[in-house]
Amino acid sequence: MPDKNVDIIMDEKKINRALTRIAHEILEHNSVTSSLVIIGIITRGAFLAKRLAKIIADLEGVEVPVGLMDIGLYRDDIQSNLDQPIVQQTDILFSVVDKNVILVDDVLFTGRTIRAALNQIIDFGRPKTIQLAVLIDRGFREYPIKADYVGVNIPTSREDKVLLHVTEKEKSDKVSIIRNFTKKKSTKGGK
Amino acid sequence: MTSKKYDLAIINGRVIDPELGFGKDAHVFIKDGKIAKIEVPSSKNESELKSFDDDQIIDATGKIVVPGLIDVHVHLREPGREDAETIASGCKAAAAGGFTSVCCMPNTEPRIDNQETVKFVQDRAKVADARVYVVGAITKNIEGKQLAEIGDLVKMGCVAITDDGHYVQNPEIMRRALEYAKMFNITIMQHAEDQNLCGGGVMNESYESTRLGLKGAPAAAEEIAVLRDIALTRLVGGRLHVQHVSCKEAVDAIRSAKAEGLDVTAEATPHHLVLTDEEIGKEFNTNLRVNPPLRTLEDKEAVIAGLVDGTIDCIASDHAPHSIESKDCEFDQAPPGMIGLETTVGLIKTFIIDKGVMSWADVIRKMTSNPAKILGLPGGTLADGSDADITIIDPDKKWTVKADKFQSKSSNSPFIGMKLNGQVYKTILGGRVVFER
Amino acid sequence: MSRLSSRHLLGLEETPQEDIMLILETSNSFREVLERQVKKVPTLRGVTVLNLFYENSTRTRISFELAEKRLSADTINFSTSTSSVKKGESLRDTVQNIEAMKLDMVVVRHGSTGAPYFLTQCMDANIINAGDGAHEHPTQALLDMYTIWKKYGKFAGLRVVLVGDVKHSRVIRSNIWGLKAVGASVALCGPSTLLPVEVEKFGCDVYHNIDEALDGADVVNVMRIQLERQEGGMFPSQREYTNLFGITKERLKLLNKNYTIMHPGPMNRGVEITSEVADGKNSVILDQVTNGQAVRMAVLYLLSGKKEEGDA
Repeated sequence: MPDKNVDIIMDEKKINRALTRIAHEILEHNSVTSSLVIIGIITRGAFLAKRLAKIIADLEGVEVPVGLMDIGLYRDDIQSNLDQPIVQQTDILFSVVDKNVILVDDVLFTGRTIRAALNQIIDFGRPKTIQLAVLIDRGFREYPIKADYVGVNIPTSREDKVLLHVTEKEKSDKVSIIRNFTKKKSTKGGK
Repeated sequence: MTSKKYDLAIINGRVIDPELGFGKDAHVFIKDGKIAKIEVPSSKNESELKSFDDDQIIDATGKIVVPGLIDVHVHLREPGREDAETIASGCKAAAAGGFTSVCCMPNTEPRIDNQETVKFVQDRAKVADARVYVVGAITKNIEGKQLAEIGDLVKMGCVAITDDGHYVQNPEIMRRALEYAKMFNITIMQHAEDQNLCGGGVMNESYESTRLGLKGAPAAAEEIAVLRDIALTRLVGGRLHVQHVSCKEAVDAIRSAKAEGLDVTAEATPHHLVLTDEEIGKEFNTNLRVNPPLRTLEDKEAVIAGLVDGTIDCIASDHAPHSIESKDCEFDQAPPGMIGLETTVGLIKTFIIDKGVMSWADVIRKMTSNPAKILGLPGGTLADGSDADITIIDPDKKWTVKADKFQSKSSNSPFIGMKLNGQVYKTILGGRVVFER
Repeated sequence: MSRLSSRHLLGLEETPQEDIMLILETSNSFREVLERQVKKVPTLRGVTVLNLFYENSTRTRISFELAEKRLSADTINFSTSTSSVKKGESLRDTVQNIEAMKLDMVVVRHGSTGAPYFLTQCMDANIINAGDGAHEHPTQALLDMYTIWKKYGKFAGLRVVLVGDVKHSRVIRSNIWGLKAVGASVALCGPSTLLPVEVEKFGCDVYHNIDEALDGADVVNVMRIQLERQEGGMFPSQREYTNLFGITKERLKLLNKNYTIMHPGPMNRGVEITSEVADGKNSVILDQVTNGQAVRMAVLYLLSGKKEEGDA
């Protein structure tokens, strides 16, 4: 049902186009695909990671390993929450040592999730590089983090919520903005 | 103008004396520490009362006036554990609970198994707010091995003997005690729990102990102890009083012993009439640790039934003070016992009378004349000429049990926080008001 | 976000099914952490955990300590084999002293039933019961349950037999309540002298004959027979216990095909279980040890954020 507070800012076509462009850019920057691995942040980043790998496979004919990572155990707000985040299983079946790691998430916001993800990857081993790919950069960084590959930059207000829907979980692919979603809440740890 | 004829009058109260068969609104007149007369209000005593000063009259309108209550089972802890209770503080607690006579148990330090200790307690009690009757030990040092000098104890004024806290485990010793006590016509009060069977138990053995993994003491330990003593009483005669009956089987055993004509009496405590073992697992309140332990609902109901049908002759508090320090610990490490003098009236009113189980007259009988008869004590009646030991109860006073309101030196009561109905209003000992609210 | 219904873990008798399943599901995530090269996550950085052990239990204490360290919590140990009462300091004083040291969580093992509850009454920290008297040992039962769940993926339709000293076993009590909450069928088997009164009220099938108990069962959880506790003559001899209740290879034939053998340890090999069975292919006894860390990490994690106001 239509809601005047919700704007659809990306549809399936736009999302695919953005991911394809990111895939091209990744390949341009990483000429040796054998050292490339992709790690998606659970849950939305994980879907995007798998899709990126598929696009790269279609373009180059190489299978880039994909890992899924839950950052719950590395969050910086565990002690301030009344309820603990549900911890999901991290699933990385390869070594990250000396690899070029493409870290994938859906929305880049405060940068705290990415901070947690970076710490966790480092605990798995010492990669050659970590590069960050996000579908949407909505601004409002709280940590000095910058994405290497960005699908779209979208101006938002701090209270908005940016949501990625994927066909793997929902009916269709789309990105929507819910205006004034967290008017009174603080935004720490959010996306 | 001061009445010369009387010292005090308690007027317009509901006077209940089961012994006299009296139960009317009446005035009680007191002279020289004795009951002078009891009269229903009339124009004659109306004018007589006009000669009284205000401080000679206690208005007991709406109150119940009964003979001073008698508790045959209290621990005063002195000598030895004066940190938990003294004779003075225990008697203050008695007065606050409406008791004018208490029988103190001999498990003090040293034990009351000799004349000197009896004398010590009697001397201390002279200035106390209740009459203290001393119960001596059955065996030396309450060890269950060798009879105490019972003749000496009786000569000194002991009204009964008991090894309370311990069962006289050896049947031969118990037999000799019953035989020997006959010479002095005194009652043996027995803490009936076979210690081999309940050794180490900290609560009743039931699903509750199973659930909590706490060591249980089976009701059968009490049943066996009672049955053995009944058999010994049948064998040699004597007077057996079973203390703090807590289980159905013990009630049944005593009932049939009475039917048989044996001289067996019994008491029940308020806590066994009110609480069950299901309370323990809620908060592990160490004040619920008692011996014998709180039993099941079925047992509780059997004890109440025994009280109603006369199998159980009297209500006794088993007032057992313990310091805060000794009870502030793990449940199974706590010493057994709870205080009871100051909550007995409220509990009995709330859980027995208000529930329609028994009448005031029936309950008062079990707290006055019956205990007096069991141990041959004076009192327990308001008959003309008897000591003016009188308890005035406010039957509908709502109150909450509070730890800091106890007169006892200890506050180990599981009833703290409980709302009760019915409270002692004034206690009069030998014509002197020893407690008032 | 999800929450446990309590801020302490005192036992499983009152713990709802949803809480148990949340702990088991969370344990899965921590089980993965144990497979990493760096088996440590920063989750409980800044949280101080005290392991307060009034009874000797090296295994349980080490398992908790490792779980805490792997969550980056600060860990301190207070172990004493004597009860505080005998030491002259009351449990309350000990605990209040410890509370004054600003602890966030306490893992407690104590010989008296209810001691963990007592702790909740005199300190603000989250309390985890690591065994109280013969009452409860919830994390042991949870790790037993996790091990079962990981293997079968379910509880419904499974028959679990708990063999041993039901009277004195806190592990059995916690297992009974936990397994029943999640829908497993539970049977108890042991000498009648080691079955407490009214044991049937646990709602389990009760057997004195081990062959009948094992017939058609999926999981056998064999308890240690505490020989030191049997001085009261609960059974005539160790030899007779082994003959009547020992789990031997021959007896395994009675079990369902995909059966599982468990033991919380430490084992009396040749007494309650033969080496053949303990080391057999269906034994998960060492998995239990590994899983124990994951489960304890999950419990520490889930309770750690819960402050007083979260007390539901």
